[in-house]
Amino acid sequence: MRQKKAKMISVLSVTALFAGVLAGCGGAAEKEETAGGSTPQGEGKTVTISLLTDNTQDAVNQAKGVIEAFEAKYPNIQVEHETRPGGGEGDNLVKTRLATGDMTDVFWYNAGSLMQALNPEQNLVDLTNEPFMKNVVDSFKPTVMFKDKLYAGPLGSTMGGGWLYNKKVYSQLGLSVPKTWAELMANNEKIKAAGITPVIGSFKDDWTTQIVVLADYYNVQAQTPKFADDYTANKAKFADTPAALRSFEKLEEIGKKGYFNKDFLATTYDAGLKMIAEGKGAHYPMLTFAIPAIEQNYPDQIGDIGFFAQPGDSPDVNGLTVWVSNGAYIYKKSEHIEEAKKFVEFTSSIEGIEALTKMSKPSGPLLVKEAKLPDNVPQVVKDMMPYFDTNKTAPALEFVSPIKGPSLAQITTEVGAGFKPAKEGAQLYDKDVEKQAKQLGLQGW
Amino acid sequence: MTTILKRTYSYYFLLPAALIYIAIFLVPTLMSFFFSLTRWSLIEWKFIGLENFITFFEEPSLRIGFKNTLLYAVITCVLKVVLGLLLGVFLTSKIRTKGYLRSVIFFPTLVSTIAVGLAFSMMMHPTQGLINTTLAKLGIAGPDWLGNPDLALISVALVDVWKGVGFATVIYIAGILSIPEEYYEALQIDGGGALHKFWNIIVPLSRPATNSVIILSFIGGLRSFDLVWAMTKGGPGFSTDLIASIIYKQYQGGFYGLATAGNVILFLVVTLLAFPLYMYLNRKEAEL
Repeated sequence: MRQKKAKMISVLSVTALFAGVLAGCGGAAEKEETAGGSTPQGEGKTVTISLLTDNTQDAVNQAKGVIEAFEAKYPNIQVEHETRPGGGEGDNLVKTRLATGDMTDVFWYNAGSLMQALNPEQNLVDLTNEPFMKNVVDSFKPTVMFKDKLYAGPLGSTMGGGWLYNKKVYSQLGLSVPKTWAELMANNEKIKAAGITPVIGSFKDDWTTQIVVLADYYNVQAQTPKFADDYTANKAKFADTPAALRSFEKLEEIGKKGYFNKDFLATTYDAGLKMIAEGKGAHYPMLTFAIPAIEQNYPDQIGDIGFFAQPGDSPDVNGLTVWVSNGAYIYKKSEHIEEAKKFVEFTSSIEGIEALTKMSKPSGPLLVKEAKLPDNVPQVVKDMMPYFDTNKTAPALEFVSPIKGPSLAQITTEVGAGFKPAKEGAQLYDKDVEKQAKQLGLQGW
Repeated sequence: MTTILKRTYSYYFLLPAALIYIAIFLVPTLMSFFFSLTRWSLIEWKFIGLENFITFFEEPSLRIGFKNTLLYAVITCVLKVVLGLLLGVFLTSKIRTKGYLRSVIFFPTLVSTIAVGLAFSMMMHPTQGLINTTLAKLGIAGPDWLGNPDLALISVALVDVWKGVGFATVIYIAGILSIPEEYYEALQIDGGGALHKFWNIIVPLSRPATNSVIILSFIGGLRSFDLVWAMTKGGPGFSTDLIASIIYKQYQGGFYGLATAGNVILFLVVTLLAFPLYMYLNRKEAEL
C-alpha cells in the first residue's frame, strides 16, 4: 500500500514537472496574446512591444521618460521595459538572446565596435530608408552602419571622454585648466603636495582603467590620421605607433608618479564619483556619462565639477574624444516591427529627446538635428561645448574600427598599477586585438 | 527470442538512467568536442580545425592561469584536509556545546558563494574593510588583501577554505565516528596518550574520509570559478586568473568556439590530474 502511494506521488510529480517545463516555454507567447487581445480600445487593438535596456539608474530613468511620453502619444502601443546588466556580462546576454531567438522587439545597445559583433544583417531591422533618419546628425550614422546600411536610431546625447576635475580644488590651489600633458602633470604635483589625491583610480571596476588610453584617441588621430584604417587592416599596431603607444605611457606615468589614491585597486566606480564630488580627489579620468549619476547622488556638488579633454603633448593640438550615444535597435524576428519602428522613430525625434532629457540630463550635444540642449545643463556639458563649436573632436577608436580587444581593461589595470611597463601592455593588447579580428573574420589578419 | 529478452531483461532497468545520461551528459560533451573545432557565433559555425586550441594556448594569461589553478587547488585541498581533520577530532571529543559548534562550522557551506565573495571583498578593503580596520586598532598595518597581486589569490583561497571546511569536517566526523571503540580500549590498556590516539588510530583509520576530502576539494579547486569571479574577477590585471575564468572571459568576448576549446582543455587537465590521484589514493586505501 505504502509503495503504491509512493509510486503515485512520483508519477504525479513527474507530470507536474513536465507541465511546468511546457508552461515555461509557452509563457512569453501567451502573455503577448492576452495583452494584444484584452483591451480593444476603439480603433484597432492594443499591441505590447518589449524594450531591453541596461540596468543603470540612468538608463532606467531614460526608458521610463520615453515610454511615458510614447504611450501618451500612441495609446494603442504599450511598452514593456526589461533590464539587463551592463559591461561584458550584458554584451553576452544580448548576443545570447539574439542567437536563441529570444530578443525583445526593441533594445538599446552600444553603437560602434560592439554593434558590429551582433551580426546586424541577420539580427537587426535595416532602418536606412526610414524617414526619421534624415533628422539624425550625420556624425552618428557611421557608428551604426554595417555594409552601408543603418541599423539604429540615436538615443539622446553624445558624451566626451576626458578628465572630470573638481573646480573648488582648482581655485583653492590657484590652478588653471591644462592644455598639455606636462601642464596636467605639473598640476598633479601641486595637488599631491597639498595632500589631496591628484587622480582618482577606481580599478575595482576595471573598465574605468581604460579611459586614459581610450580618451587619448584625439591625440593619436591628430598625429597619425590614418591610424584607424591601418589598425583595422592589420597595418598598424599600438606598440609600434609612437602616438598610440603614448596613450599607454600616459597611464603608466600617472601610476608611476603615485598620483592615484592609495587604495585605488579596491576603489569602485561609485566610490570614485563620491571622491570627485566631495573634492577628495582632484581629477577623475571618465566619460561624461557619469554626470547624471553625480547629479542624482550629489546634487549640491554637481556645479563644482568641470571637464577638460585629455591633453596631448603640444598646446596646439587640444581636442576631445567623443563617444556617441547608444543606439535603439529593432530585432529582425520581432512580431511587431511596425510598432517598434514607431518607438524608435519617437526616441529619435525632438519630442522623444525632450522626454529623455527631462529624466536624465544630457551628457553632451544631442544627436537629432535642431534638438536644443536645455538651458540648465550641468557645468561639464558647458565645458564640452567649445570643443564641438570649434570642431575639435574625434570619435573614439571603437566607433571608427570594428575591433576592440576584450582584455583591454585588464591590460590597462596592469599598466596603471605598475605591474607591467607601457610597451609590454601595448604589445599584449595588440595580441588581444589580433584574436578578435580573426574571430570577426576581418581581411588581412 | 524469449531467451534474449530474458537475458537482457535486467538491463531494461538501466534504460531510463542511460537515456538521461546520454541526453544531458554524453550529447553535450560530444557537441562541445565538435564546437571546439569551429568558429562559432551560436547560430553559424565554421570548421577551423585545431586553430582554437592553438589560440587558447597562445593566450598570454594562460601560464598564470595554469599556475594559479594548480596553486589554488593545492592550497585549498591541503588546508581543508588539515583543518577538517582537526575540527573533526575536536567535534567528536567530549565537549558540551558539540551540536552547536558543529552547526556553526557547517553554516558557511550553506551560504551562496557569490554572497560570501561580495561580503569578504568588502571586509578585505584595504582602508575601509573590517579586517584591516581591526588590525589597525591593534597597531598592525594590514595588507591590500585583494589588490596585491602576490597575495590576492591566497586571500581568495583562504575564503574558499573558510567556506568549504565545514563540509570536510562533516566527512571527517562520519569517518572518525565509524572507528570501532575497541581500538581506543586497546590503546588505553597499552597506556597510550591523546597524541598516540590521534596519530596511531584516528589518522590512519579515517583514511577513507581523507581520500574523499582530497579528491573532492582538489577537483573542486581545479574547476573553481565563482568565488574568484565574485571577489576579484581575475584581477588585479590577470593576477588571479584561473583556467575557468580565462574560459569565461573568452565567452564574454563572444569567442564561443574558443571558449569551448578551453573547456575541453580544462576537462582534460582535470581528468589527467584527478584520475591518477584517485587511483593512487584508492590503492593506498586497499593496502591498509
